[in-house]
Amino acid sequence: MNDAAATVVAQGLRKTFVGPDGNRFAAIDDVSLTVRAGELTALVGPDGAGKTTLIRMMAGLLKPDAGSLQVLGIDLTRDPQAVQDRISYMPQRFGLYEDLSVQENLTLYADLHGVPQAERRERFARMLEMTDLARFTERPAGKLSGGMKQKLGLACTLVRSPDLLILDEPSVGVDPLSRRDLWKIVQQLVHEEKLSVIVSTAYMDEAERCGQVFVFNRGRMLADGAPAKLRAWAHGVTFTARPPEAMPARELQARLIDRPELIIDAVPSGGSVRFIRRAGEDEKQLNEMLHDAPFAPRPEELEDAFMMLLRQAEDKDTKAAAKPAYEAPRVAAVSSNGANCQPVIVVRDLVRKFGDFMAVASTSFEVARGEIFGLLGPNGAGKTTTFRMLCGLLPATSGHLEVAGRNLRTARAEARGRIGYVSQKFALYGNLSVRENLEFFGGAYGLRGKALKARVAASLEQFDLEPSAQSGILPAGYKQRLAMATGLLHEPDILFLDEPTSGIDPLARRAFWRTITALAKSGVTIIVTTHFMEEAEYCDRIAIQDAGKVLALGTPHQVREQAGAASVMDMNSAFIAIVEQSRAQRETKGGAA
Amino acid sequence: MKTMRNFLDSLMKIMALVRKELLTILKDPSGRALLIGPALIQALLYGYGATYDLTNVPYAVHDQSRGAASTELLARLDGTGVFHRVATLTSSDQIAGMIDSGDALLVIGIPSDFETLRVSGQQAPLQVILDGRNSSTAGLASAYVSSIVAAYNQSLGGAPSVTIVRRAWFNANLESRWNIMPGLIAALSMLQTLMLAALSVAREREQGTFDQLLVTPLTPLQILIGKALPSILVGLIQSTIIFLIILFWFQIPMNGSVWLLYLGLLTFTVTSVGIGLSISAVALNMQQAMLYTFMLIMPLILLSGLLTPVRNMPEILQVATYANPLRFGIDTVRRVYLEGAGFSDVAYNFIPLVIVGAITLPLAAWLFRNRLA
Amino acid sequence: MNASGFTTRLVALTRKETRQMLRDRSNLVVGLLLPVALILLFGYGLSFDVKNARLTVVLEDSSPTARQTVVGLQGSPYLAPVWVRTMDEAERLIRAGKTDAILRVPGDFSRQLADGNGRVQLLLNGVDSNTASTIEGYVSGALSTPVLQQADRTGNKSARAATIVIVQRTWFNEAGESTWYLVPGLIVLVMTLIGAFLTSMLIAREWERGTLESLFVTPVRPLELVLAKLAPYVVIGAIDLIMCLLAAKYLFQVPMRGSLMLIIGSSLLYLMVSLALGLFISGAMRNQFAASQMALLASFMPAMMLSGFIFDLRNVPVVIQVVSQALPATHYMSIIKTLFMAGDIWPDILRSCGILTLYALMLVAATRRKLGKTLE
Repeated sequence: MNDAAATVVAQGLRKTFVGPDGNRFAAIDDVSLTVRAGELTALVGPDGAGKTTLIRMMAGLLKPDAGSLQVLGIDLTRDPQAVQDRISYMPQRFGLYEDLSVQENLTLYADLHGVPQAERRERFARMLEMTDLARFTERPAGKLSGGMKQKLGLACTLVRSPDLLILDEPSVGVDPLSRRDLWKIVQQLVHEEKLSVIVSTAYMDEAERCGQVFVFNRGRMLADGAPAKLRAWAHGVTFTARPPEAMPARELQARLIDRPELIIDAVPSGGSVRFIRRAGEDEKQLNEMLHDAPFAPRPEELEDAFMMLLRQAEDKDTKAAAKPAYEAPRVAAVSSNGANCQPVIVVRDLVRKFGDFMAVASTSFEVARGEIFGLLGPNGAGKTTTFRMLCGLLPATSGHLEVAGRNLRTARAEARGRIGYVSQKFALYGNLSVRENLEFFGGAYGLRGKALKARVAASLEQFDLEPSAQSGILPAGYKQRLAMATGLLHEPDILFLDEPTSGIDPLARRAFWRTITALAKSGVTIIVTTHFMEEAEYCDRIAIQDAGKVLALGTPHQVREQAGAASVMDMNSAFIAIVEQSRAQRETKGGAA
Repeated sequence: MKTMRNFLDSLMKIMALVRKELLTILKDPSGRALLIGPALIQALLYGYGATYDLTNVPYAVHDQSRGAASTELLARLDGTGVFHRVATLTSSDQIAGMIDSGDALLVIGIPSDFETLRVSGQQAPLQVILDGRNSSTAGLASAYVSSIVAAYNQSLGGAPSVTIVRRAWFNANLESRWNIMPGLIAALSMLQTLMLAALSVAREREQGTFDQLLVTPLTPLQILIGKALPSILVGLIQSTIIFLIILFWFQIPMNGSVWLLYLGLLTFTVTSVGIGLSISAVALNMQQAMLYTFMLIMPLILLSGLLTPVRNMPEILQVATYANPLRFGIDTVRRVYLEGAGFSDVAYNFIPLVIVGAITLPLAAWLFRNRLA
Repeated sequence: MNASGFTTRLVALTRKETRQMLRDRSNLVVGLLLPVALILLFGYGLSFDVKNARLTVVLEDSSPTARQTVVGLQGSPYLAPVWVRTMDEAERLIRAGKTDAILRVPGDFSRQLADGNGRVQLLLNGVDSNTASTIEGYVSGALSTPVLQQADRTGNKSARAATIVIVQRTWFNEAGESTWYLVPGLIVLVMTLIGAFLTSMLIAREWERGTLESLFVTPVRPLELVLAKLAPYVVIGAIDLIMCLLAAKYLFQVPMRGSLMLIIGSSLLYLMVSLALGLFISGAMRNQFAASQMALLASFMPAMMLSGFIFDLRNVPVVIQVVSQALPATHYMSIIKTLFMAGDIWPDILRSCGILTLYALMLVAATRRKLGKTLE
């Protein structure tokens, strides 16, 4: 009304919750913003920035403690229902009814939104086509893969054209292909229907596609503007360094990231390392550190600006942030030569069937000691099944499986003593304290007395954990650390990580991978699954699985080459290319037969 | 030496699990409340509420005779302290209203020729109309009236009569509370023990922590023991709460050995936990676990002899109760508590308990192992 | 426009709830099979009617008079007398739990009887107090008869003098069958169970699975959610009710003296109350674990123990009476027992139905508030 082009207008918005310590803290503190209509708007920020709280307030699910919030010209505190009648909202975990079929879910939401029958047919057809779910209309939603569920969730929110679409981290835990599809749908609708969309995300490449980006940290807004404007922050401080022959990119990255006084951020990419230096710092020191690695400027990206903003905010918050994020947890006790020839994981012709369904088809690979091995693939490709078999959680239908020199069929308990496991979801006891969790798992691994005390103390120190905090209400990044600490408590030879960084912000991801590279260096073998393709760059070797088959196996470089293009191609595109190639082949074969 | 160390190692791992289980229960405020609150409240509520004893029989009189005999008889009735006259009716039309509304449990009608018949040595009819909606209460009230009338008849002297000198062992005043409360020691604690055991694994499955537990070197047997011990402990704590309430609040005297009582309770609780863990191993999620538990709890309670004696049931159901640990749990507690029975007196109760336990516990372990598959 | 939106949404939500209910087989098991099992178990398993009570008779006086006195014990369908020689033996039996009572006829019984008053001793195992009292009643009934007969035969005039005989009529349940009052009570329990167990998970499950958050940000109104959740379970409850009524009439032959319409009407009213109570617990607890525990503790157990189902409320202390009057099950129990055994006693029925209606409205309103479209 007052501003027809604005969908959301917030003034001095504030929302507090009672924290774990019994004191109130502000999840959103004095936030004022205006969201323009007819375009994509991104909310970005690390864990605990307040994105979800803000989105829930916009959807009328939480009442602000102070300030005003207008959505579509309606005061939300006065008439939330009027807003809810006109917007569509997709929460982080969309509430699909898993026992209802795809069609029934769609029909339910169409009925609830009062979509007329005439309009409905066309809309359903379009949604099913866009989401590629037309083949599965009769399937119960619970039987869809994670990516398909997310697409169905989006379709359900879009059964009618809303005046405003709000998406809360729609791409968490979704593989690159489904993620691409999701964005295609959203962008198409913005383009065709002038849809206004607000989306929160942890992926900077997604934010880059938006017209306007708001950056949050700890309940406050750090910056806002078009991606180009934000990007300009990082102008002139972004570089790429090429590691010397035979040195994995992650080692160079580790060297860089361990010098926070010089380097804001570093991340391996396409065999090189992209980094951001601190402006105005001593040129000589930088040259000295990178004496064996030639580096050159590169164009800045939104992620660079985001990392700079966060580091700035962090520097202000904690003065003593100078120490490196993590230290190597174990003194390198194993010489890296020689030991490498001995594989610690041997998988030969591994098969797993569920009834008639072939989840994993004749898979073979070996993993050497101290290697970081990445298991990648779209949702429902069989990676989780493979992973669970490796951990001994699921017996194989046939094939040979050897972990830490023990046959998993015969010596499961024994083999389990030598592995550590960090699951996808936070799977520790939420109502126990950090120390209690560590002590329990230590005990379960047979540690006791002084040895247990010493290991717990060391883990607390190493992962910078507060022993008396209640585990269930830790921020996501800290939960992740606790899960890692638990997995490493008994100093295992092999560490299994199942999507360890899903839903975790870039800052915490960097710190996490710094620990992993240090562990690998000290001789621990790492098996990891992830949906962040850039994280595949940390791996020595990766395997890409789809439909139960291994499509590609080799170093990131080899895999990129297999995908067709040279090292310029990023891992994300390489992954999509490989999976699509194989799917196309399968289809032509199926068509011929 | 090596086996000793293995054993010790295994024991320590189990203790770590037990400690964790207890912590998860105790750290949760609602968990703590559920541990004590329901046992306490239910023991008090049902202790007072669950009684078959007549303490208050409201009655109405329609006395058309108003003679000495009827006055004397009614005085005896009022003198019991149990019968309370709520109305004196003037017409027989009023009887239906008194009974229908439930204002009176019984109406005593005395015909106008009552006195003359009695004096002339004929049988004088005393009319008693009872509300039969609760047949048990009606029966008791009727027996009560008969005994008063019989006593009155006898006081009039004359005919040789048989006097029954009643002596009730173990429960001198035949108070039904004495019968029901010791049964509650077993029944109430079983309710929650069973559910706790049934949900313990299902909850971990749903929260994803069970996988984390399974990748540790703990064997299924160790997990089973580690899961069973805390539930058994909780069950015994609840039993103790109810036991203490009965002993000190309701002051029902304990005649047997505390050790034997607890031996019985322990055996019974182990068996219930075995059933609970078997449910837990079968159920895929919490909802299923709860459902199966409910499905079991109902028949277990109904066929236990808690409310009505097992001997009143049809033969087939009596046979079915042999699989019901609660039946033997309740019987053991009652007999030890009230009768002061010794081990040899209740030993036969342990046999079915041990058999059910010996089936369910290994079954749960076996299901654990097979569920891993 | 608004009204038609209401119906469209209500129909859509009801269809959704119905589908979910039908697809989860466990719902149907609890909703339809458990009541059948309960009907059979309660109907046949629960009984206060002591039959073949184990009585051990120690006849120390072998005179014909003494034999004549106890002969009545054998004809009784309620008593299964066993004869032993010595008191020691009998006491052993009672201690081993092999007999419920001992009747001892002392050696000087016939002499005492000749003196005008014969004394026999009845020793009861009081642990099962109810059975013990019943046995006492049976025994006294069985003993007095031969004495009177004998007195008549000898023509003793004083026997006829001054005897008051009780002419007893038990209304509503002439034979004193306990199934007659247990079966109507069983209907109350089944209706309580359906409500508590089936609906106590409904809202908690949606909270746990995160589906409510998506539903909230649609034009759906909280009341529509509540009504849609109730609707399919009312149908299940109605089926259970019909099964119970059929079983009561044809299986257990309990009389139905009130009008069938009133029985059905008041039962549906209570069904609403109990479904709404389950929903309220579910909405208030927001997690399945706590909700199910609450449902068990707050509905089923009190309905069994404190509603007047088995235990007569006249005999309990005032505090407990207050608690039991606060239970909706108590009021329904009184309606249903009256309707089955007594008939249409209007003042009673109207009062209780009024209270139940109040409960239903209050609980639906309270649940609606619990679903107030906010995550706080």
